[in-house]
Amino acid sequence: MKADVQAIGSAQKTTKKRQGHSAQNRFNTKWGLIFLSPWIFGFFVFTLIPIIATLVFSFTNYSPVTPESTVFVGLKNYSDMIADKNVANSFMVTIKYAILALPLSLVFGLLLATIVNSKYLMGKNFFRTIYYMPAMIPVIAAGIIMAGIMNTNTGFINMGLESVGIPGPDWLNSTFWIYPALVLIGLWGLGNLMVTLLAGMQGVAKELYESAEIDGANGYQQYLYITLPLISPVIFYNLTMMIIGAFKYFDLAYVLKNGTGGPAGATNFYNLYLYKNAFQYNLMGFGSAMAWVLFIIVLALTIILFTTSGRWVFYSGGKQ
Amino acid sequence: MNRTKQKNLLDLVTYLLLIAGGVLMLGPFLWMVATSFKLPADQFTHTLIPNPATLENFRNLFSFDLNFPKLFLNSTIISLLTVIGQMLTCAMAAFCFAVVKFRGRGLLFTLLLVTLMIPEQVTLIPNFIIFKWLHLVGTSVPLWLPAFWGGAFGTFLLRQYFLTIPRELVDAARVDGASLWQIFWRIYLPLGKPALAALAIFTFQGAWNDLLHPLVYMPTVPNTTLTVGLAFFQTQLTLGGRFTVLMAGALLSILPLVVVFFFAQKQFIEGIALSGLKR
Repeated sequence: MKADVQAIGSAQKTTKKRQGHSAQNRFNTKWGLIFLSPWIFGFFVFTLIPIIATLVFSFTNYSPVTPESTVFVGLKNYSDMIADKNVANSFMVTIKYAILALPLSLVFGLLLATIVNSKYLMGKNFFRTIYYMPAMIPVIAAGIIMAGIMNTNTGFINMGLESVGIPGPDWLNSTFWIYPALVLIGLWGLGNLMVTLLAGMQGVAKELYESAEIDGANGYQQYLYITLPLISPVIFYNLTMMIIGAFKYFDLAYVLKNGTGGPAGATNFYNLYLYKNAFQYNLMGFGSAMAWVLFIIVLALTIILFTTSGRWVFYSGGKQ
Repeated sequence: MNRTKQKNLLDLVTYLLLIAGGVLMLGPFLWMVATSFKLPADQFTHTLIPNPATLENFRNLFSFDLNFPKLFLNSTIISLLTVIGQMLTCAMAAFCFAVVKFRGRGLLFTLLLVTLMIPEQVTLIPNFIIFKWLHLVGTSVPLWLPAFWGGAFGTFLLRQYFLTIPRELVDAARVDGASLWQIFWRIYLPLGKPALAALAIFTFQGAWNDLLHPLVYMPTVPNTTLTVGLAFFQTQLTLGGRFTVLMAGALLSILPLVVVFFFAQKQFIEGIALSGLKR
């Protein structure tokens, strides 16, 4: 906008200068597109066109094994989805996990970030490193290790429970205990959330705390009225990503139960079931329908969260 | 007086909880390390010091049909190529969004940020079909080639950093007759080192830890990545009672990340602070 105004202004002075400007514009456009060319290519060929292609596939019975017998089947894949009990179950599994994991992760993540952000804490870097470590390793490795720790007969957790007289549950083979088990493993990898929240907290201007101190606000008040409101965009971003993450949940369910979705479908997460349909059963039409439903869910969640964020997220410098 | 006592008690409780939590965080690692040095017969003993200690599990990793060195090599090559591709193309796009002004740039930037929210599942099936059509399924190409067409996360992270580089440098270089490519290559890339380092770590970690894509594009052991290989051998080895070997594999799969993290911790934290997000 500003450049336009300048261009008009200079056009009134001399036409020659105006030509210089548009030459500059053309030059910038050319070079800008050169710098962006890898991304633009990837965006069209591997993002935009595939999104549309997935939609088209979702109306067919496409299978990579028998591509020649592909026909349009209308909305059959979508009606199959509604009729498929496993799809309904995978929704329930995903939502059940999200309801359990989200509040716990957020509370513990905030608590942890607050503590390791404290200026009075000794050994800050030491604690940050230790709490971050489990988040850095492959989920596969984490799953393998935790499967050993949570083993019903030989694992350390049940050994600890039994030593105080509590019979240890069958963590990974019970349709009930598998969820606490997944949440516990998730909490082990809390470091990611801790680090993003910590970065948000460190972005809060020190002057705010200093002036609050002068006004007589205690630490608790400072946290409640300065820290929390100012990092609310970070909390909001993480909340959004965690909800979407539940619909992308895959690795841990795959490795703990070898992709079977067991026990009795309790780990048949939406994304895992999608993967199995598309790449194990070769039902790519059906998989595409599931992928588009996922896309719409993620889109809807994002839009809901962003349009309501004005009510509960604080942006410094007014609304954005 | 009473207040300071209360405060000290609170401090003590906080430290105790932090340390207890830290033990819980480290415990599984210690158990993994210990188990990987135990004899298969001792795999479920509850001691943290292996007695007797053995290197047999690590030797078995190399002699088994799981071909661990190949898995390790595949993961390394894929991760390194991904890092190179992302650093180059994300930096190019970020340079454009930070420095080169033209009409329509704002729209393209919005488009880029929107792609952050697109779940990969919705593009995975057509991408698979494209790579299958190109006869590249079963090779590592589909795993690293997409890194060479940029990405929203890396571009955003680098752009935020590039914006902090004083614009006068560009103007001065233009006066001296430098081309935009030279400005990018000679000024922005060297000055952007901290952000590039952060991106390199994130990207390496993401590629190294990825499971879904290798499972789709390189599903057959042993020609696959560490993550797929480990997931496969988890069922194989636990059934065959070779849990100790599995732990040795897990340990080796974690090691490169731990090393990278300890050397580049500072860049890591700065990178997150810079973009305000973590993939």
